[in-house]
Parts: sequence; C-alpha cells; structure tokens
Amino acid sequence: MFKHYFEQIQNIEIWPVISLILFFVFFIFTIVWILFLDKKYIEKMKGLPFDDEAGETNTNLKN
Amino acid sequence: MQIEKFSYDNKIVKYFAIATVVWGTIGMLVGIIIALLMFYPNLLGGLHDGWNSFGRLRPLHTNAVIFAFVGNMIFAGVYYSMQRLLKARMFNDTLSWVHFWGWQLIIVSAVLTLPLGITTSKEYAELEWPIDIAIAIVWVVFGINMIGTILKRRERHMYVAIWFYIASFVTVAVLHIVNSFEMPVGFLKSYSWYAGVQDALVQWWYGHNAVAFFLTTPYLGLMYYFLPKAANRPVYSYKLSIIHFWALIFIYIWAGPHHLLYTALPDWAQSLGTVFSVMLIAPSWGGMLNGLLTLRGAWDRVREEPVLKFMVVAVTAYGMSTFEGPMLSLKNFNAVAHYTDYIIGHVHIGGLGWNGFLTFGILYWMIPKMWNTKLHSLKLANMHFWIGSLGIVFYALPLYASFFVQSLMWKQFTPDGILAYPNFLETVTQIVPMYMLRAFGGILYWAGVLIMLYNLYKTAVAGKFVANEEAEAPALEKKVITGGYWHRALERKPVLFTVLSLVAILIGGIIEMVPTFLIKSNVPTIASVQPYSPLELQGRDIYIREGCNACHSQMVRPFRWETERYGEYSKAGEFVYDHPFLWGSKRTGPDLHRLGGKYPDSWHYYHMYDPTSTSQGSLMPRYPWLYEQYYDQEGIPDKISAMRTLGVPYEEGYEDLVIEDVQKQAEQITAQLKTENIETDPNLDIIALIAYLQRLGTDINVQETASAQ
Repeated sequence: MFKHYFEQIQNIEIWPVISLILFFVFFIFTIVWILFLDKKYIEKMKGLPFDDEAGETNTNLKN
Repeated sequence: MQIEKFSYDNKIVKYFAIATVVWGTIGMLVGIIIALLMFYPNLLGGLHDGWNSFGRLRPLHTNAVIFAFVGNMIFAGVYYSMQRLLKARMFNDTLSWVHFWGWQLIIVSAVLTLPLGITTSKEYAELEWPIDIAIAIVWVVFGINMIGTILKRRERHMYVAIWFYIASFVTVAVLHIVNSFEMPVGFLKSYSWYAGVQDALVQWWYGHNAVAFFLTTPYLGLMYYFLPKAANRPVYSYKLSIIHFWALIFIYIWAGPHHLLYTALPDWAQSLGTVFSVMLIAPSWGGMLNGLLTLRGAWDRVREEPVLKFMVVAVTAYGMSTFEGPMLSLKNFNAVAHYTDYIIGHVHIGGLGWNGFLTFGILYWMIPKMWNTKLHSLKLANMHFWIGSLGIVFYALPLYASFFVQSLMWKQFTPDGILAYPNFLETVTQIVPMYMLRAFGGILYWAGVLIMLYNLYKTAVAGKFVANEEAEAPALEKKVITGGYWHRALERKPVLFTVLSLVAILIGGIIEMVPTFLIKSNVPTIASVQPYSPLELQGRDIYIREGCNACHSQMVRPFRWETERYGEYSKAGEFVYDHPFLWGSKRTGPDLHRLGGKYPDSWHYYHMYDPTSTSQGSLMPRYPWLYEQYYDQEGIPDKISAMRTLGVPYEEGYEDLVIEDVQKQAEQITAQLKTENIETDPNLDIIALIAYLQRLGTDINVQETASAQ
C-alpha cells in the first residue's frame, strides 16, 4: 500500500519550505505577467462575450 | 479567410435548464420538509420503515440542491456560453445527450437510494460505490465534450469563463476519485478506504472543495459570461480576473482542514487550513468586486431589470459568505461557531443567495433569448426577487440568533464552576422559535421559485424555441503563433492549460495529505483501542444507515465546557479503526463520542423507540422500525473480511467465529434488558445499535483501568 511506501520519505520538514517558495514564486510570476499584458489583447478579451451578436438587445425591458 | 456556417445547440441547454428548475423545486421542497422536521419531528409519522426520517432526508436535500439544481445549471450555462465564446457547436451531440441523461439517471438513483439508508455517510459524497463509478464516467463524458469543443473552436483565445470551467472540471474529477476510494461489501455497501483522522482530512478536503469547485468556480465562470451580457458592458477588469482565477484555484484547495479545527486532526494541518482560509478572502473579493464594478454606470438599469437585480444580490451574497468563511476559519471564532446553526446560515447565504439568485438571473435572461421572445412578466420576476430576498433574510437571521443563544448556553458556567445548562436539551428548546422562522424563510424562498416556474413557462409558451441557432465565423487559422506573453500562449493551448490547472490544485492536496498519511507521530496510537466486535460493527452500519451523524458529532474538543459536558476529549488514536470516520459536523443533539456506558441499555431501548419517553421535549425522531427489522447476520463475516483488507487487525479465520460472537453479545444485551423487564429479540436492529452506542469512546477507560492496577 502507498501508505507504507510513503513512510520511507526522509526530511519531511522541508515540505513547508518548498510550499512557501512555490507560493512566492507563483504569485510573483502572476503579478509580473499581468503587469506586462498588452492593452489591445485585454480589450479584445473583454469584448469576447459580445462577438456573437449583431445589434441584438440584451434586456427584458420592453422599450 | 473562409467563413464557416454552423449552429449553436440550444436544445441541450433547454433540457439542462428544465432539469435545473424541476430538481431545484423538488430539492428545496425536501429542504422545507426537513426544516419542519427539526421542530416537529413526527410530521411524517405513521410510516414505520424510516425512509422519511430526518437523517435520511437530509442528504437527499443536500445532494438534490448541490448536484441536481446547481449541477444542471452549471451544465446549462456552460453549454450555452461555451458554444458562443468559442464560436463552435458542442464537440459531439451524442456525448451531450449521454451527459444529460447520465446525470439525470444519477440523480434518480440518489433519490432512490438515500431515503433507503444506502449511504457512505460522508457529507456530499453519500452515494454508494456503483453510483460513484457512474458519476466518474458521466463527468469524463462532460470533460471530453468540453475539451473537444475547445479543440475545434473558431476563436483563438479562451475567455476567462472557460478557464473556470476547465479548472472546475479537472478539480472535481480529482476530488471525487480520491474521496471515493472505498472497499465494496456487496452491491450497495462499502467502507471508506481511509480511517479516522485520515478519512476526516480527505473528506473535508473533498467537502470544502465541493463548495469551491462545484458551487463557486463554475458559477464564477457563469458570472463572467452572463453578468456582462445582461449588463451589456464588458467585465470591469480582465487583469483582475486573471489574478483572481489563479489565486483562487491555487489557494482554495488548501482550506479544507478549517472544517476540523480543534478536532483530533494534527495541529499543523489545522493551522495550514486556517492560514489559507484567511488568504482566500483576497481572491474571493476580487471576484465579487469585479462582478459589482462591471455594473458601474449601469446602476440605473439595475432598478428596472430583474435579471440584474438577481445578479447583484447573488454577487453580494457571494461576498458576504466569502467574508464569513475566513472569519469562521479563525480558531477563536470557530471554537464557538462550529457545530452550531451559524454554519447552516452561512452555507445558505451562499446557496440561496449566490447559487440560487445567479441561477434565477441567468434563467430569466437565457430563456427569453432561446425562445426568441420577451419575458412573460417583469412584474412577477420582480415579485420573485423580493419574496426570494425576504426568504433569505428570514432563513439566515434566525439561525445567527440561534447560534448566539445556543453557543453561549453551551459555554455558560455557574459561579460554582459547574455547567449552567448541563442538560443539552435545555439549549435546544430555547432555539425552537428560530427553527420555525427559518422554515418560514424557506417557504418564502420556495414560493418565489414557483412564481418563476410559472413565469418561465408562460414565456416559453409565448415564444418559439430556436433549437439550432444559426451562426457563422471564420475558421481558425492553423498557423502557429510564436511569441506573445506566456499566458496568451497558454490560452491557445487548452490541454497544457488543463494540465497546469491540475498541477496547481494537486500541490495543496498533496502537501496536506501526504504527511498525515506517512508520519506515524501524526496519529499516535493508543494500545487499548481495539477493533469493534462484529455486532458493534453491525450497529455502526445502522448508525450510518439512519444518518445519526447528521445531528450528532463524535468529537469532544479540548475545551472545559466540552469535557465537563461530555467527558475526556477525543484523541486521534481512538479512531484508527473507523472506516469511515463519523465525527459529524453539526450538533442538533449532543456529542456521542463518550456515550458508551453513560446510560443503561434499557435507557437506549426506550429512548430510540420514543425519545420523549426519556427526554421530555426532545426533538429527536422516533425509530420504531429498529424494533421490527432484523439485522443481516449472514453478511457480517464479509464485513469483517473487508475491514481486515483495509488494515483492521481481525485475526485470520475469525470469520468462522463471527456469528457465534454476534449471538453471544446480542444475548448478553437481551439478558441485561430482561433484568429490567424488557423482553426482546436478540436479532433486532436495536440490539446491534445498543451494542455500538455502548462501545463508543470506552476504549480509553480500559487503558486508565489498566494503568491504575
């Protein structure tokens, strides 16, 4: 069983350190990448849900 | 560039939407019934086989509203938005229908099995192993259909809603498979692969992420599509949506242990759960703010358009429950709030507010669209909105009040240092009026749903359904685009994206679970803790069948107000043979971990037949069928074998002696009952249940006796 297999793992104390580093690196990466995102691309992505319609109304209100 | 003509499949969306409304109505009705049972336990009396008791109907309610109501809405919303965002019909119509009918079949099997007491006892994962397998298959069908659609898309970039869909699909698959490892014993019975503390950790890793990746992330995806559509303006900040997406899926997966604070779970795992739960407020509120700010400049329309009203309340409720969540995860607050009605209020702010209202908003928007008409009556939709909002208030506020009253009563000591309310029942009778108000709130909310049902029906009748909506778009060019920032590249590679999401959610799960499984010191063993006797094991299965764990915990926390009331606090080593664990999550009745030996057998005998006979004013249901049904003796040896396979140290060949042992212990109990003038049959369910209840939490007494000698 995998339980017994894992019992062999040494230096389990290092796990929290690994997780901290992982998190730190991960979020720094995310933020850096957001900072450098191209504005045109952002605008395009924002508009994606509206691509499928041609002048249709989006409301239930009877105008 | 070549323009391709194709059509969007609206028929599948229509079917999922109808299923949403139908199952929602039924699931919420069951909710009202169990809310009434909480202060009028004999409401459905007269039926003596037990299918209608609280413990069996409660999982029916939770499963129906989570997997049938919300589940079908997820699929309706995903099938609607995904086709349009990717400019492609769903990958394969046959897969869509296999998905639809498979999912409904699973729901029907839940409706049939849960009231019969066929349950694993693990919250939101109660369904037994054959249904678990069916769920896995149907879920994979959904996944193939979804990824397939992405692969044949005509839009190069994946909108943020689709990331949420993918992450939800991947994570739910992992959660379901890991939590459902179980050892079948016969066709509709199994034991969890994990025991005690480990089972609890896996279960709440699953349970919490069922909330995260079934009730939250897919709905955030829906929000990112339907809210901008309904408001007719793009999402406030696309950058925020990227950060909020990755932060949410990365952090959510760690938060599960906050369901187990102050229990026998190792302390480091509890702290980890708390820390990540507190951090969760950032991405959660990121999502909420992004939703609300999308409406900037459009608030005048919110006054008039019921779709937007529903969505605004939904997003606000999301903000509120994701504020409560981190607060409830702080150990000092959790110490008083855990096991009380606060938790029920909290989940219903999320369930009724966020999931319910977003569903209603989307339906009011989507149904007129697919039927090519206007909504039948704005007035009725507005009425639904107000009656529903009032319903939420009447539902949640009494439960918050109930929490304050009851938790303070639990903790109250007299100046002499003894419990002010030593009888648990005193604290329950105080909150009965709150339970009545709560049921009233539920009825209001449900009445709103009925109004919607009528309104949507009239809308559909007035319009003409467009089964295949014609569309056209240029084909996606096959050229490989190089360069660009790596998230853009990532978005163009859906399979890689899926794998990365999987990695993000696996890290948390692995780091929490692996050490609990592999370091022995995390679960210190106690020498005097022995496996259950075969009759006790049988009694434990009856406890599971009747859903006793819906109202009773088996976990005394290390507080003076708990040890005074219940006895010695619970230790990890006491649960090493508990497949599954039965710690419970709510105390409608008292904790039962130290119940063994507290009362004579005759007390249990009378109490289970009619709780008011021993406890005046008790709200516990009666269990008369336990006095008519016989437990299956022949099946017990197989259960012993299954337990041995799972690591419980029954001796080889013990199976041959099992029936003899069962009879011996059952006759001991009946003989004991006879001394108190109770004549009964040793083969009745109640005898096995008494054997189990009298065993609960007694193993450490043996140790104390041994060390005293």
